[in-house]
Amino acid sequence: MSDNLYSWGRYPPHPQTAIPCHWRADIRQALADRVSRHGTLLPFGNGRSYGDSCLAASDQVLYMRPLDRFIAANWETGLIRAEAGVTLDEVLAVAIPKGWFLPVTPGTRFITLGGALANDVHGKNHHIKGTFGRHVPRFGLVRSDRDPLVCSTTENPEFYAATIGGLGLTGIIDWVELQLAPIRSSLIDATNVRFGSLDEFFAISAELDPSHEFTVSWIDCLARGKSAGRGIYMAGNHAEEGPLAYEDNAKLNVPFTPPFSAINQLSLRLFNNTYYRAHRAGRHNSRIGYEPFFYPLDRILNWNRIYGPRGFQQYQCAIPDANAAAATKALLDAIAAAHSGSFLAVLKRFGDVASPGLLSFPLPGATLALDFPQRGKITANLFARLDAIVREAGGRQYPAKDAHMSGADFRGAYPAFEQMITLSDPVISSRFWRRVTT
Amino acid sequence: MKRILIIGATSAIATACARRWAAHEATFFLVGRNAEKLGQVADDLAARGATVYTHVLDLNHFDQHAATLDACYAALGQVDVALVAHGTLPDQKACEQDAQLAVQEFTNNGLSVIALLTDLANRMEARRSGCIAVISSVAGDRGRPSNYLYGAAKGAVTDFCSGLRGRLFKAGVQVLTIKPGFVDTPMTQGLPLPGLLLATPDKVAKDIVHAVEKRRDTLYTPWFWRLIMLIIIHIPGLIFKRLGL
Repeated sequence: MSDNLYSWGRYPPHPQTAIPCHWRADIRQALADRVSRHGTLLPFGNGRSYGDSCLAASDQVLYMRPLDRFIAANWETGLIRAEAGVTLDEVLAVAIPKGWFLPVTPGTRFITLGGALANDVHGKNHHIKGTFGRHVPRFGLVRSDRDPLVCSTTENPEFYAATIGGLGLTGIIDWVELQLAPIRSSLIDATNVRFGSLDEFFAISAELDPSHEFTVSWIDCLARGKSAGRGIYMAGNHAEEGPLAYEDNAKLNVPFTPPFSAINQLSLRLFNNTYYRAHRAGRHNSRIGYEPFFYPLDRILNWNRIYGPRGFQQYQCAIPDANAAAATKALLDAIAAAHSGSFLAVLKRFGDVASPGLLSFPLPGATLALDFPQRGKITANLFARLDAIVREAGGRQYPAKDAHMSGADFRGAYPAFEQMITLSDPVISSRFWRRVTT
Repeated sequence: MKRILIIGATSAIATACARRWAAHEATFFLVGRNAEKLGQVADDLAARGATVYTHVLDLNHFDQHAATLDACYAALGQVDVALVAHGTLPDQKACEQDAQLAVQEFTNNGLSVIALLTDLANRMEARRSGCIAVISSVAGDRGRPSNYLYGAAKGAVTDFCSGLRGRLFKAGVQVLTIKPGFVDTPMTQGLPLPGLLLATPDKVAKDIVHAVEKRRDTLYTPWFWRLIMLIIIHIPGLIFKRLGL
């Protein structure tokens, strides 16, 4: 049993001691134990949150991953119920052969159902399907101060809203009901469009988003001058015909953490240039498996280790539509000017489908996400500039990715935090929550 | 469609095996001590598309083995694979001080298996087909001071299966002795096991399902334990007793 768990960015570097949860009955025992010892803990799924939202204030986490059983499944309607530690990958393995797919999936399939709900994750189809929480009609919540709850829009609705996107603070999610989406094939009809500027991106997005369930763009965040804002727009729909095949391709692995970051100015420029040029100009259609389309990074297990022992931070923000183009341009300019940036810079337009969660991140507008090697002051200075642009534009940062946002920024952008304070469980707290509420 | 009996069905290795079998349609008869846990394991397999029967039994109640197997055959009609996976991990130090505890642990891990297999073997022999897969342990290959009570019980199981294999071979029944090394399960939680040698239950399950398919006699899992144990059993006694393994 590995008892040194870290967040995905390995920054801030606080190892977490795991209290493994093997059976649903273990949850109540763990909470009761905290109550009697006047301590706190935090549920921890598969460790894919980037910053400190998955790190316990006490550095002791209830490790939920062993809780990986299905509870019920209706393969006629696609409604499944499973324990919170089941990963999206494990759902896909069982559901795809039966003709069902995740209604919403982020860029990794190695997250748990509990984690997906607690961060109200979004995916390439946000503009059509909204967030993950919209497809969770009910879930179970175990709290230290009352009997276990079933939460839905009609049962305990205040805890339903607070738990979706609630960062694990309202109690331990023990099971999740999920409405899957029917598919005829596990293949994706994909279209790639190379664009030369941000204006072009927003034009293509306006044209193609409505006819494609899945859309996302990669941006060359190092390009400056004439090439600034260039990138690849990638769109797709589930194919109407083809096999129903679970894909688990041979994986590469980063078996250990190198002593320094492999991500530097040179390797980034090389990658970004090559990646851009690898895509021909114009529009190109192809039919590909769902795995390379949704989860390209999952092919390299432990890819977070390439950033070396100091780790990395992801910066993800959402900007309201009215200011989306201008603020995105300002953000990219600031990043390029700082000679910093990542090979994984992602830009997408969110839709206006409302999320059921109190603290859900998405808003109608654009979202930009980039990874930065952790470089102390250099990173802090850049993030301060980016924060100012986001604040000015009325946008906000994503707690699931965050290790830096100020309490003032959080409270300004998520006014429902006051309700969260009253609804959170007395023996649950995270380093993130302590940081932004005090 | 495979018809599968699992004894000790809530164990991590048994669960991982069952999920692999459930992916290709299977009917299960699950036996375990704890009704609540057994129900949760059964629900999981049913959601994956399997047909599942459950039966609550503490295997130390030998007098109930026959009724349990009757119920199993009544439900499944025939048993293609019987996986015997129940067991506990004794506290060696405590067993050295308490004869009653020592005998109890020997019963949990050794005698209950022998009692069950005695009845089950006759039923399988009469039907002249199927596989009996028994989870023994590398610990049974040679007694070591750190856990010789467990080792003695597993050694008895290994020897019993070796003899049974020769007998049932004539009836076309496979007897597979499974010898896992260190596996990351609730049973081994809290033990200071070397991370490099630690296997996941699913990795072990993959090997077990494969060995059943290939009708193997003995399985070391992961494979490198065959080499490790080959060395361990050949260390001269004069040296071995001084190693304190």
